[in-house]
Amino acid sequence: MTTTAQPTLERVQAAEQYCTFWVDGLFFGVAVMDVQEVLRYHDMTVVPRAPESVHGLINLRGQIVTAIDLRTRLGLPPRAPGELPMNVVFRSRDETVSLLVDDIGDVIDTSGHVLEPAPVTLPGAVRSVLHGVLPLPDSILLVIDPDRAADVVAEPVSIGGNQ
Amino acid sequence: MSEDAEIVQEFLVESHENLDQLDRDLVELEQSPGSRELLSSIFRAIHTIKGTSGFLAFHRLETLTHVGENLLSRLRDGELTMTETTAEVLLRMVDTVRALLDLIESTMSDEGDSVDVEPVVEAIVAVLEGDEDVPGITAHDPAAEVTLVHHDAEPVAEPVAEPVVEPVVEADLPQAPQPVATQPVATQAEAAEVAPVAEAAPADPVPAPVPVPVPVVDLDEDPAGEGNGRRSVVDSSVRVDVDLLDSLVQMVGELVLTRNQILQKVDSLADSDLGRATQRLNLVASELQEGVMKTRMQPIGQVWAKMPRIVRDLAHQLGRKVNLEMDGHDTELDRSLLEALKGPLTHLVRNALDHGLEPPEDRVARGKPAEGRLVLRAYHESGQVVVEISDDGRGIDIDRVGAIAVERGVISADQLRRMEPREIQSLIFRPGFSTATEVTNVSGRGVGMDVVRTNIERIGGSVDISSQQGSGTTCRVRIPLTLAIIPALLVGEADERYAIPQANLVELVRVDGEERARSVQTLAGAPVLRLRGHLLPLVSLAGALDVEADESDSLTIVVLQADDVRFGLTVREVHDTQEIVVKPIGRQLKGLGIYAGATIMGDGRVSLILDVAGLAQAHGVDVTAATAATEAKTSSDDQAALLVLEASPGRRAALPLKAISRLEEFPVAAVERTGVTEVVQYRDGILPLVRLAPAIGLVEGGGEREQLSVIVHEHGDRRIGIVIDRVLDVVETTITRSDVGRRPGVLGSAVVQEHVTDLVDLDAVVAMAGIGA
Repeated sequence: MTTTAQPTLERVQAAEQYCTFWVDGLFFGVAVMDVQEVLRYHDMTVVPRAPESVHGLINLRGQIVTAIDLRTRLGLPPRAPGELPMNVVFRSRDETVSLLVDDIGDVIDTSGHVLEPAPVTLPGAVRSVLHGVLPLPDSILLVIDPDRAADVVAEPVSIGGNQ
Repeated sequence: MSEDAEIVQEFLVESHENLDQLDRDLVELEQSPGSRELLSSIFRAIHTIKGTSGFLAFHRLETLTHVGENLLSRLRDGELTMTETTAEVLLRMVDTVRALLDLIESTMSDEGDSVDVEPVVEAIVAVLEGDEDVPGITAHDPAAEVTLVHHDAEPVAEPVAEPVVEPVVEADLPQAPQPVATQPVATQAEAAEVAPVAEAAPADPVPAPVPVPVPVVDLDEDPAGEGNGRRSVVDSSVRVDVDLLDSLVQMVGELVLTRNQILQKVDSLADSDLGRATQRLNLVASELQEGVMKTRMQPIGQVWAKMPRIVRDLAHQLGRKVNLEMDGHDTELDRSLLEALKGPLTHLVRNALDHGLEPPEDRVARGKPAEGRLVLRAYHESGQVVVEISDDGRGIDIDRVGAIAVERGVISADQLRRMEPREIQSLIFRPGFSTATEVTNVSGRGVGMDVVRTNIERIGGSVDISSQQGSGTTCRVRIPLTLAIIPALLVGEADERYAIPQANLVELVRVDGEERARSVQTLAGAPVLRLRGHLLPLVSLAGALDVEADESDSLTIVVLQADDVRFGLTVREVHDTQEIVVKPIGRQLKGLGIYAGATIMGDGRVSLILDVAGLAQAHGVDVTAATAATEAKTSSDDQAALLVLEASPGRRAALPLKAISRLEEFPVAAVERTGVTEVVQYRDGILPLVRLAPAIGLVEGGGEREQLSVIVHEHGDRRIGIVIDRVLDVVETTITRSDVGRRPGVLGSAVVQEHVTDLVDLDAVVAMAGIGA
């Protein structure tokens, strides 16, 4: 199950199968080759002072996985209380990251469809993590670039108690 | 000697590997003659052997590989083309190199009649000169070849026995039999490897010209010919990918954690069989952990091996005479740490030569031997590796260091005056400090001791320096054995556990109810703890993590030290200490600076490891309060931490916080008198008191008071209590002193927090008190 990310160029051309999931009614996909595994909700350790979209740390068979809530990351409204997110786990820049999503869809084959640039009208936060969009017959798949989705920057903590 | 032996050992392992590759390349080359890639690879292999053999003074090997290299470079550059003769000559060269290496392995020297080098050299030279009809190349000498086959093949039939301990070298071999005696020599495996090569030649259907210069090894002299199978250096070690080792370390870490989990569970069950099995698991896991950690351990000698050369070159360049002594070269530490240690260590050695040792004539003039001593020592001490670099040079001139530090703006003259000699010495670790009067080739290239310190601290180590002016300097570097598994203290806050590296831990303090009110005070919003007479800045973990603080009467304080900063971390609860496996955290969290990593607890939950230095920094602890707490660190530039107080009601005065070691309160009734001096009994001694207001020309505030507020000032080994009205604040500020208000006991005044404040001349006040402190 441990597949590593292919170089971007190759992926853009070769990726035809996508692991799909829903976040706030939006239909997203990550190239199947990038995904390590999909997990149910997992207990996690909260990281105080972490960037808002970092939901916590998961122990995945001894590996520390940073869980990023895609809703927060994309500036979407928070999940309803009591609704547990699912984990889409992948490797990004030599680290293991999990994206918290609402629900998991099928793995779909998109051969024959051409990846188009994300429409400029999409919110910046969403557009910034997308490779592009795939207009499928009955839906539009937003193709996520996992590396960019996982690029969350933390500012140094400064409490400055004595300043 | 043993170090040389080690270097040779490494050389042999490496060369054998190179030769194996070479064999493959040569065979491949026959398939695709003229492949520049293959030729380059062969060239590099031979070039490497040549270089090292020259360095190790194996002259015959060097001569041989030198001509071989010439031939290869011509082939590579296309000046010559591969022919069967060339291929043959090259193969012979490789075989002879191998024979020489075997000889070196058994005798520590490449001199000996058993291997004939000259004919091969001649053959190569002939090919180089374009002579296809190389003398001897066509002459087939089966006898020689048989000898080789015979010699090498014989041990194949022999069982491989344990390493032989008796000396195996004949008297006519010139050098050092001792190391050989303990070293395992050639083996079955090796012999088997060589034999087919030799046998292949006659079986070759192509009547290839077989050259004469077969490395003939005389059986009588051959140490391996005795039929004793020995493990050669090549077979006694295996090269393993470092990533594989790292992942093994990781997995063993997991195993250790799982074991801990099982141990916890088993304790609560009364099953003796399970208990015994767990006991075994416990034992095996511990040993496995130790073993795996050892695979990453390497002797510090690897770094030291380079030192003689560096020292020699530097001594030459700087006109110094140096006798280098190295002790404890087999002290082992984690390879990643070793790697990180290289730079700082080299720099310290350079420094010792450049700044420490004097030129010979100066030394003689001072009655020292002309030859300076530079000693490198390494040893284990309480779970750490200590590396000492000491010289018997001029030592650190603290006056000069102080003067330069002031000149370069590292500290102010005022700060310097109050510093202990030891503190002045450690100024050389401050950024922006370098005593080299001119930029020499050696040190003083802008990479100062501060970089050394930073690099060492980065790997969890520390460095300190002690020096006796005129007689030498010792630099002591302490580093942990390994970074992967560390002992840590677990603390609890808001239902989560956090790990604090034991290396940062100083002590645990618990302050209960009433005592809390007395020993914890808030200065301008910043809580401080009076701890054995010092003020310790407090940081709340709940505050640092922005979680809900727990309200209780008692306070649990973990006293921590990072770099020069010491502070107290208040936590909700302290659990226990545990060995934890440090795991990196993702890039999304690294930037926070307050976590050093994460680990997995016995129950499978992830816990964060606190970065103590980062916590201090996030609170700005290093700039202000710590100054008061430790007096070790002086605040930067002209910034001064001041204790602002009222000498009498409405009259503000300020004292440097550094000069104050404690704040105390005494009941007025406790004041006694000796002569005209007021005193109190304090900490098993007598504390003389000075009333600040009259001392600085003010009238003391009237009114009945039950308590006296006293600032305790330590002056050398004496203490004096300064009676004030009340403490107002602690401020960190840049003060502009004005002469207005200057009078006995007052240096002048300044505007502090928008109020004119007298700057107390503490020395004068103390002197005025006539206590003679």
